[in-house]
Amino acid sequence: MAGVNASKHLDNPFKRNWLITGLWALVAVYLIYSVQTMGLSWTRFSEGLGHAGQLFDRMFPPNFERWELLLSGLAESLEIAIIASVTGIFLSLFLGLFAARNLMPSWVTIPMRGLIALCRTFHPVIIAILFVKSVGFGALAGILTLVVASIGFIAKLFAEAIEEISLKQVEAIRATGAGFVSLILFSVMPQVFSRFIGFSTYQLDSNLRNSTMVGIVGAGGLGGTLFSAFQRFDYDFVAAILITIIALIMFGEFLSNIVRRIFR
Amino acid sequence: MTTTHSHWQRFTLKQKLSRYSVYLILLIALLQSIRTVEVIPEFFYDAPEQMADMFTRMWPIDFAFYSISVHDAMIETLNIATLGTLVTLIFALPLALMNASNVVSSPFSHWIARFFLVSSRSVNSLVWALLFVAIFGPGVIAGVLAIAFRSVGFVGKLLAEAIEEINMGPIEALRATGASWASVLLKGYWPQILPAFFSIVLFRWDINVRESAVLGLVGAGGIGVVLNDAMNLFEWQRVAMALLAIFAVVILAEIVVVQIRKKLI
Repeated sequence: MAGVNASKHLDNPFKRNWLITGLWALVAVYLIYSVQTMGLSWTRFSEGLGHAGQLFDRMFPPNFERWELLLSGLAESLEIAIIASVTGIFLSLFLGLFAARNLMPSWVTIPMRGLIALCRTFHPVIIAILFVKSVGFGALAGILTLVVASIGFIAKLFAEAIEEISLKQVEAIRATGAGFVSLILFSVMPQVFSRFIGFSTYQLDSNLRNSTMVGIVGAGGLGGTLFSAFQRFDYDFVAAILITIIALIMFGEFLSNIVRRIFR
Repeated sequence: MTTTHSHWQRFTLKQKLSRYSVYLILLIALLQSIRTVEVIPEFFYDAPEQMADMFTRMWPIDFAFYSISVHDAMIETLNIATLGTLVTLIFALPLALMNASNVVSSPFSHWIARFFLVSSRSVNSLVWALLFVAIFGPGVIAGVLAIAFRSVGFVGKLLAEAIEEINMGPIEALRATGASWASVLLKGYWPQILPAFFSIVLFRWDINVRESAVLGLVGAGGIGVVLNDAMNLFEWQRVAMALLAIFAVVILAEIVVVQIRKKLI
């Protein structure tokens, strides 16, 4: 039994990782710094919690009395999401193809990738503001915004999916003497189609969420109804709209799961 | 012997039918949307002209405006994004643990966790900001909390998935030594999810920088407030400056995240 305690160097099996420890220290320092510079204080926070109680009192029960207004906003949000998704996905098919580096020469892919990156850098709300200024208030600005947002996200994923395909099948089809369009349709598309469906349903979901938000800056949909309800302190109507939005998004997720299962 | 002429088909009839019905439903939805959506075609044709007009008004960019108010607002935006991401962790870590089936095995706790995660993701950050502005008044607190509440769903879901993917061997070994629950979490689970944890947090921080730039439009602090004021006063050259600053910071944030990720993981 002496052997158990014989070894003198009992290293701690769980060594301290100094890089990670340093990182946490940095986080702690940052927390102190940011709380001080931004003037966050506990009294303000706890005061706010009192307001939160009042707000929730006024939010419940949710008021569905103006359901016609709610329904028309909802319909507009749905229309914006559907039109923008279809247009955006359709455009992304081409843009993604042109941005794929294994199929296209670099003088095509570089400007395409730049365009896609540009679509992605700005938040949809900023794009929505610019479109509201240029095409006026209403659904059109919302549609254009979400088209741009869809391109930024989906065209990039499409391009990456195409870059990951196996080129053997492309060669096989090319060896039969097929033209460029047939090459894309019969060798590239079958390999990436199911992933495209996955991205597209995700984008439809995301457009549905965003279509309820672009209205805040005047680009149509339920967001506009929500924002004006907020400004008039109709908090019970706000609660009704929020519940509708959450229900809509859960329904959208449910639908896209079904679609994904069908196309698996 | 009769030869059977089997014709190879890629999909079964049921698969085909369900696929075509999805296309059909989509087409009907699209046509119905186009028919009922209220779009004034004149506005659409006019758009390029209006766009060009807007961009000419933006030129030349008012660079002097940067030091007047854009700089401070930008710092505030970055602080909102970072602080929001840190506050998220307080909520996201317990929810992720509750949601991971190899940590807590009761379906009741999964349900609760999933409810919070889904509601956090369903409500847009701008809507969260509106709510928090109504509670705490305009300012940074509303922005930080909006970012935090919005990120919980994202971070919690991805963390839970990362936890579920770990190797259970070390966990069992630790349990066999009689380690306490906290020790198993800290020395068994935590080291294994560390790379995923950092990559998720960095990824979310990158998104949060973009989101916090617009929260000011509803009064939740940061560069959005400056942007909104400049826009309401039709000072397009200043708007252009604010947009340029947002653009630069977003690109910088992306570069920083990519670099850190290369070093760390």
